[in-house]
Amino acid sequence: MEFVAKIFAMAIAAIFVQNFVLMRFLGLCPYIGVSKKLDSALGMGMAVIFVMTMASTFTWLIQTFLLVPLKIEFLQTIAFILTIASLVQLVEMIIQKTAPALYKALGVFLPLITTNCAVLGVAILNINEKYSFIEAILNGFFAGLGFTLVLLLMAGIRERLDRAELPSSMRGMPIAMIVAGCMALAFLGFSGLKI
Amino acid sequence: MIILYSIGILGILALIYGLGLAFASKKFHVEIDPKIEKINEILPGVNCGACGHPGCLAYAEVIVGKNEEINKCAPGGDEVIQKIAEIMGIEASSAEKKIAVIHCQSGGFNNTFFRYKYHGIATCKAAILVSDGPNLCNFGCVYQHDCIEACKFDAIHLDENGMRIIDKEKCTGCGACVTACPRNLIELVSIKKRVHVLCSSHDKGAVSRKVCGNETACIACTLCVKKCPKEAIEMKDNLAVIIYDKCINCGQCADVCPTNAIFDPLKEVRAKKKAAAKAKADAAKKELEEKKEEETEKEETSKENKEKNNS
Repeated sequence: MEFVAKIFAMAIAAIFVQNFVLMRFLGLCPYIGVSKKLDSALGMGMAVIFVMTMASTFTWLIQTFLLVPLKIEFLQTIAFILTIASLVQLVEMIIQKTAPALYKALGVFLPLITTNCAVLGVAILNINEKYSFIEAILNGFFAGLGFTLVLLLMAGIRERLDRAELPSSMRGMPIAMIVAGCMALAFLGFSGLKI
Repeated sequence: MIILYSIGILGILALIYGLGLAFASKKFHVEIDPKIEKINEILPGVNCGACGHPGCLAYAEVIVGKNEEINKCAPGGDEVIQKIAEIMGIEASSAEKKIAVIHCQSGGFNNTFFRYKYHGIATCKAAILVSDGPNLCNFGCVYQHDCIEACKFDAIHLDENGMRIIDKEKCTGCGACVTACPRNLIELVSIKKRVHVLCSSHDKGAVSRKVCGNETACIACTLCVKKCPKEAIEMKDNLAVIIYDKCINCGQCADVCPTNAIFDPLKEVRAKKKAAAKAKADAAKKELEEKKEEETEKEETSKENKEKNNS
């Protein structure tokens, strides 16, 4: 029971309280870049959830069974990036094969997950928080979930903004920036949550 | 020791990942039609969007995948169409080449009347926002250079008077300038049509005559409409508009236009042809007359000879 409670608290923390995009300000590039359409935002979110979960799994294993025993923890960043890059390549191939339309919609942002700091961020946080293997995987999954949630919210708002009557100088990016700021403020409200 | 470990671990990791990716790329290999690649290579690669698709690759994909018409590439022209036809194994139906025509003769240093001197951002779009633009004519060229900036083929340039000249050779008919012009002065017209109404003013005749710095405004006198043998000119809101499908380049409208708003580049050619034809006819006449004279002379001499013989 205690474990379930801990997992629940972790989920709330990863999705709302310590949301990667709006509270930690990681992964802002796809947050602005792929949030124009709901469909592609959903696809991007799924890809990020997959990559984050896989990255958490592999990086935890590498850290625990390779880097720590051999006392070469200083290679953490480079080894993690190598892992993430390979995973992203794999995801790219799978998506290209199974969902060409999604592959086109994501465009350049799919390979850019490689350099998405949120993925590297979750991998390093798992180690710093001294999570167990299961916890690390779940944390990666929840972090991806939080990212997807924010991306979907943003995409929904921006789809409506496209049809809204705005002053022409505010159209497109400027209003997106303001919306992003408002969303960050709203998510700041979750920081009072303690479980 | 640590150095060895580092190199070893990273090397092994990289090897595993590399092998994994190599395996995955085999397993998830996507077949791409080689035709798409070939056509993409032939297309000009300027991604102008004249075909109605986002970029050359997208156009190549719909040609192969959805049997899109192959004659939509304006910059490529006939050559590209022929090559695509070869690859696709179908007959080429060549597209009529279109080029841009600017329907205004004003807008230079010397032939524009200005309301005020414009010192703002140097684009037409910005200039026309300030009390309908710096030039007096509300429909004419505002003497900034959005069309030149928009042209990817260096086909529009300024002459010594600051007038925009479209290079017929370089213009590919992509239509970038058409969308760039905020006054909608530019139109794509088949290169075969040579006679154009070079004015876009919908003002009444008296007004447009006054505000046009080039004094070549259409004053809606309807002389051209009456003169046209093919009924190819229409009056639309005080402006003569040529219906290009009907136009036969006869140039009669340009002859009757009192303000020279209708431009006919073939006028001189036609005049020369006429003169040449006339000269030819005259020469033929002269020859005939000379021949006749000779014949009569001969007849006379022969008659004289006969008379001499008889006597």
